[in-house]
Formats: sequence, structure tokens, C-alpha cells
Amino acid sequence: MSNDTNTKREGLVNPGQDTPRRRFLRRLGLGMGAVGGAATAVPFVASMTPSARAKAAGAPVEIDISELQPGEMTTVAWRGKPVWVLRRTPEMLATLKKIEGEISDPASEKSIQPQYASNELRSAREDILVLEGVCTHLGCAPITAFDTGEESVVDKDWIGGFFCPCHGSKFDFAGRVYKGVPAPTNLPVPPHRFVTDNLIIVGEDPEESA
Amino acid sequence: MKTMKQILGVLLGAGLMVGATAAMAAGDTKIHLDSPNINMTDRNSLQRGAKTFVNYCLSCHSASYMRYEHMSRDLGIDPDVVKKNMLFAGDKIGDLMKASMSAKDAAKFFGAPPPDLSTITRVKSVDYVYSFLKSFYPDPTTPTGWNNTVFEKTAMPHVLFPLQGEQKVSAKAETEGDKPHLVYEHLGGGSQSPEEFEGTVRDLVNFLVYLGEPAKLYRYKIGFWVMVFLGFLLVITWFLKKEYWRDVH
Amino acid sequence: MSKVVGWIDERFPLTKVLKEHVTEYYAPKNFNIWYIFGALALLCLVNQILTGIFLTMHYKPDAASAFASVEYIMRDVPFGWLIRYMHSTGASLFFVVIYLHMFRGLMYGSYRSPRELLWIIGCLIYLMLMAEAFMGYLLPWGDMSYWGAQVIISLFGAIPFIGEGLSEWIRGDFVVSDATLNRFFAFHVILLPLILAGLVYVHIVALHKVGSNNPDGIEIKANKNSAGTPRDGIPFHPYYTVKDSFFAVAFLMIFFAIVFFLPEMGGLFLEKDNFAPANILKTPPDIVPLWYFTPFYSILRAVTFLGDYSKLGGVLSMGAAIFLLFALPWLDRSPVKSIRYRGGLYKAALVIFVIAFVSLGFLGLKHPDHYDYLPFLGLKNVTWAQIYYFIYFAFFLLMPIYTKLDKTKPVPDRVRYSH
Repeated sequence: MSNDTNTKREGLVNPGQDTPRRRFLRRLGLGMGAVGGAATAVPFVASMTPSARAKAAGAPVEIDISELQPGEMTTVAWRGKPVWVLRRTPEMLATLKKIEGEISDPASEKSIQPQYASNELRSAREDILVLEGVCTHLGCAPITAFDTGEESVVDKDWIGGFFCPCHGSKFDFAGRVYKGVPAPTNLPVPPHRFVTDNLIIVGEDPEESA
Repeated sequence: MKTMKQILGVLLGAGLMVGATAAMAAGDTKIHLDSPNINMTDRNSLQRGAKTFVNYCLSCHSASYMRYEHMSRDLGIDPDVVKKNMLFAGDKIGDLMKASMSAKDAAKFFGAPPPDLSTITRVKSVDYVYSFLKSFYPDPTTPTGWNNTVFEKTAMPHVLFPLQGEQKVSAKAETEGDKPHLVYEHLGGGSQSPEEFEGTVRDLVNFLVYLGEPAKLYRYKIGFWVMVFLGFLLVITWFLKKEYWRDVH
Repeated sequence: MSKVVGWIDERFPLTKVLKEHVTEYYAPKNFNIWYIFGALALLCLVNQILTGIFLTMHYKPDAASAFASVEYIMRDVPFGWLIRYMHSTGASLFFVVIYLHMFRGLMYGSYRSPRELLWIIGCLIYLMLMAEAFMGYLLPWGDMSYWGAQVIISLFGAIPFIGEGLSEWIRGDFVVSDATLNRFFAFHVILLPLILAGLVYVHIVALHKVGSNNPDGIEIKANKNSAGTPRDGIPFHPYYTVKDSFFAVAFLMIFFAIVFFLPEMGGLFLEKDNFAPANILKTPPDIVPLWYFTPFYSILRAVTFLGDYSKLGGVLSMGAAIFLLFALPWLDRSPVKSIRYRGGLYKAALVIFVIAFVSLGFLGLKHPDHYDYLPFLGLKNVTWAQIYYFIYFAFFLLMPIYTKLDKTKPVPDRVRYSH
């Protein structure tokens, strides 16, 4: 027996050979490691979703409209977005029919509104319009453009509605968008319900449809 | 075999380093503290504790990091019940549990602002809070008329008095090498028997522990499955290591 | 696939780097379990950075809302509690791993030539890690965060002439305040992690330049086969990747067992007093740093015997205790590296040193005037700390003598390896 490396097997023998057993164990290990990695990602991804605080701040809001006169509008924040409540006058409602031809989506087929506001007036109650004041173009807040004629912020043929100052999108008294402006769809109607005639909760659907 | 011995050696070494110091003092009280033996899986106990907490504690103490909605969901209390019975006027269920009394007013009344109770059982020990709550006795020399054997001269009055009534220390049972156990004599009053009252305080402390760390309700369960998964992975990686190391001589 | 690799290789030495550092990096085949802690330290660093990034998304570095934002993470953020516990547990386990990694170096002489620079870089990493942990500990703005920072920053006040000004400059105020919190946040999440990542990179580059030491303390590069690879070396991949994977999973089991079942570790990983917001008017009765600082805290407090100069002496001793680690390669005069071939003198010295270090750590958690350490001997904690203080320094300062006197055994040419 010599004292060196020739007689005994030493160092690496058949290094790197890939037997079926190795392949199996390696794939199983890598597979389970991938599952573990994915499972680890879950809490990290979840931690970026709205927290309990954000959800609480986005809770339904109550609006008292007993003081709201016909033709007046009030704005509240719901989930950080402006929500408009407008008590429409018969004159305002009358404009809707007149301009039907200029409206891009008159029946609100492509637009967002709850089923109970899926009608020509886009409202659950004839006079009360509830809208998210977020332009469907790029998210600006449109302004009220109720004045007509010389007073109008739009032009002197303007019949009244809403106007987005960012890129000139125009909407009627039902939040429907005019043809030929950048906004693609009508202003969304948020879920809302009437607790009493004068109390609206924005953020909740009426009980029967919930 | 050799590897196992080495693993044990390292674990022992690491254990010594950390474990040698793990024996931390529980609290610096002069008397023995009782343990409540709470059970966090007992949802009824947590619900009863929540009720006591809202009725007796929340008027002066806040739990200003906790939301009613969170509690309602974790403890299975119907949101409508919370809204009707637990919320102060004007509060919403998503709100934080703030005391009805402002901290300023409370500081004026009691000399010190009542501490926020969100993490009280994590600051003080569970045993401390439990023992404190049942150790009030009448003492005409204090501003509130109450004193406490666990926290002498506490500014807090005996809020649970309508339940417990009055008691006094009747004996100090010295146990060898330990702090004295106090024996109390019930002097009457209170709508609950001493046994019932202990149950009430136990439920309350149970709730306070939950309040200190709501995640405690679910972290053990998640932890169990994580350990099972890692256990499997450990076995696989062990065989994988053995398989590859057959090459090495 | 190979086309893509080829495209990259023409522009970036991808294959070359992988070969040099992974598939054809030859590591000694006789690593034992003490050699897993380097890889585990890297795992800890990744965990701290990853969880840290997600905590930063919710944390507020503002004295008025920092504490509340941590409780917000614990309650309102989905799985925030898990991420926070992974970060707090990770910090402590990082130090466990680093201490064991350093102890491995002590046992097998990993700091000896040609690895002096590797050791020094490692010591720098340890120093930066202490700074990182210290600043991170202020961020929850708990009572212990606040008072711990107050005490440690005041240490700089002991430096003659410039001390007071220096500690004010560090705090940005006359006491620890919002300004301090804000800058510690900047250091904790940006500056120190950058430095740490850079140092870890340099540590690995230096390691791969000189090659790994091993439990026999034999240079495997001195014995190469005809192909030019060390006879006692095996490629890092797959052999050590699979071995490290196994130990990484074992480590994760310990890690997650703590995260899910014992996150406070009886007050060692998360201190009780830190669950109450900072009270700037009242110091908690016992200010205790987290366990990984307590050996040095003990050394600081042990200096009570220098009269007016005790405060300065304590601060200097603490600095010296850390600095001596850097000097280790030049203090050790033994002809051998590994403890396997050293004599009884060094073995005894190392055992006593470990006892001293762990004891100092224990004593640092206790009140100096109490009797918690071997109470039946009736010595105050501070007295014990003083005894171990001298042992700690003796271990380093007498090292040139006892390592020279020590009777060593002959070192074989080849590493010992058996299944």
C-alpha cells in the first residue's frame, strides 16, 4: 500500500453525474422551493392592498339632502373621490332629451352604473343624480357648468351640465359624455341607497339588490 | 453521526448564548401575582371580555390602535351588535377605539392620563394586569377612596366595584423564597360572587391579551403549516444533499 | 437559451463569473457545520432588506406618529405583523449567526494570513451591523428605543473637549428628538444598507481571491492536481449549494418557529418597555440594550474604578473591545491556524473567552448592583462584569504570549475527511 492517492478512491468520483434519483430529488426540491417562495410572496403582496385604515376611510358615507334645493349640488368625499349629489330641476331633466343626438353613449351601455341607475336619467330617483366626479378620460375632477348662454364656461350654445377643464370633455345633467371629446364613457354612478327620502348612503347598494 | 453531534453542538451553543439570558424578571412587585390561565381559543370568553372592556374601561382608557371593525371580525361579534351596543354616538365601526373622555380631562380628574390599553398586557405582564384588576380595596386616605395591593397608590378608582364589591386583605401567606400570597376577605356588595368576578376579570384579561396582539389569534395556526411545509422541505434537501455528496470521498 | 447566454457573454462576463464563483469555485471538502453561517448571514441580510422595504411602505419616521405607525403595521396592514416579526426576529438571528460565524473564525484561525483583509472586512461588516441595529431600534419610538438611544448617544459626550458638541450634532437636538428619529431613519434604510451591501460584496470577493479556510486550517491551493484544481476542493455548486440549502431550511425552521410562536423571545427580541410609546419625562427603571449589544454594554459599565475618568474609561474600553477584533490577525503568533492542532493553552483561553463573552452578555441585561450571576457566591453583577472585563482583554492582549508558548501538533499535508 503506497501512501498516496492512487490506491484509495479520493476526491470526487464521477462528479456531476445526473442519475434519475438526483433529477427527481432536485426537481422536487426546486418545485417545493418555488411553492415556498410563492407562499412567502403572498403576505408581501397582500401588505400592499388597502389597509384596514384605508378601508375604514373608504367606508360608506351618509349625505343629508333635506337642505338641498332644486338645481343645487353638494359634493362629498367617498374613498377619496368627489361624489356629487345634484337635485335636478324639471328644466335640467328636459335638456336630456334635447341633446340625445350629441351624446356618445346615450343608453349608458358602455358606462359604469349600478343596475338601479341604468336608465335614461341615470338615477334611482328622478330628481336626485349621484355621480362620481371623476372624468373618465384621465381622472380630473370636472366642474359644474350649469350656466348657459353668455355666462357659460363652455360656449354660448351650452345647454348646461359638467365640463372637464383639463381636456375639455363635456357631460350633460345625467353625466353622459358628449360626442367628439376625449372622455370615452359617461361619468360613473357609485353604489348608493336612500335610507329615507332625505338621507343617502353612498357606497352601499339598496338592500334588495345587495 | 458526526454531523448530528456537530448540529447538536451548534444548537447548544446558540441556545446557551440566547437562553442563558432568557430568564428575565417578570415584574417588580412586592407580592405574588396570580396567573389567569386564559384561553384565547375560547371565543365566548373573548366576547364577554370585550363587553366588559367596552362597558367599564373604554370610558376613560382608549385602545387607540384598534378598530371596532377588526374586533368584530376577529371575535365573531355581529357588526350590528357592535354598532348598537359598543359604539359611542357619532363613531363608525371602522373607527379606532378612543375613550369617550379626552386624555386631557382624564389627566385632570385622576392626576395622570389613563394609559392607552392597546398594548397593556405586552408592557405589563398578563399576570400583573390580572392581579391588579382584582386587588382593589377601600382606603379612605386616597383621593379616589381606593387603593391597590399590586400597584400602591394607583390613581385608578375601582371601576369594577359594582361587580366585585369591597374586600380587604385578611392574611399574608408567606411562601418560602417567594413573594407573599395575599388572602382577601369579601366584605359584601357587588353583583357577582368572588368566583364569578374572577371569571369576569379572566375574560377581560383574555380580551386585553387579544387587544395587545390581534395576530395572536391566527399566527399559531399559520405557523403550524409553515413548520409542516419546511419539515417536508428539510427531508427533501437532506436526501438531496446525501445524494450529491456520494461523489465526495 | 445558449444563444442568449452567448449574446450576454460578449457584453458581460456572465459565464465566466458563474464559473469562477459558483460552478468552479473550489471549496475545501471538509467543511463542518460551522461553515454554514456565512451563507445564513447572507440569507439574514436578504430577509432584513426585503422585510425592511415593505415596512418602510407603512412606517412613519415622525416622533408624533412613529409608534402608532408600528401598531398600525401590527393591526391594520394585511400581514403587517408577520413582516414586522420577520424583521425583528431576523435582526436578532442575524446577530446569532454573525457571532457564530465569528467564533468559527476564532476556532479555525480564519483570520490568519492570507485572510487578514477578509477578516477586517468582516469586522467592518459587524461594526456597521451594530450601527444598523442601533439606529433601527430607535425607529419604533418605544420607551426603550428612546432611552436606549439617549444613553448610547450620550456616550459620545465622554470624549474630552468635543464630546458634548458631538452628541448634539448626532442628535440634531439637545435630547433625542424628532430630528434624531428622522436622520436615524435615513441612515437605517439608505446609508447603512448600502454600505453593508458593498462590504458584503467585497467580503465575498476577498474570500474568493484567497479561498476558504477549513477546519484543518490547511491551504488546499497548495496541493493541486494535474488539471490545476485543488485535490481537497470540490466545486461550490452543486455540493455546497445543496448542503447550504439543507441548512438554510433548518435555519428557516428555527426562524419561523420564533416568528410564529415566540416573537418576543421572553423580552429578549422585543422588549416589554418598547410596547409603550416613548415617555420623554420618565426613564424606565432598567435601561437594557438588546441582547446582542450587552457584552459591550457590560464592558462599558464595568469601568467604575477610574474615579472621574470612569465614564471616559468605559467608553474607551468599549471601543477597544471592538477594535481588538480587528487586530486579531497580528496578535496570534501560533504556527498553526486550526484549534485541531493547537495545544491546551489556546483551547483553554478560547473556552474561558467564550464564557467571559456570554457572561458579559448576561450581566449586561442585569442591574449592576444586583446579585443575579451565581448568586450563592455573593458577588454583585458589576464585580463579575469587572472580572470578565479583564478576561476579555487578557484574551487578546496576552495572545502573542500564550499562542507562542502553546505546544502545537504537526499539521498534515491534506485535509481530514470522512463520511
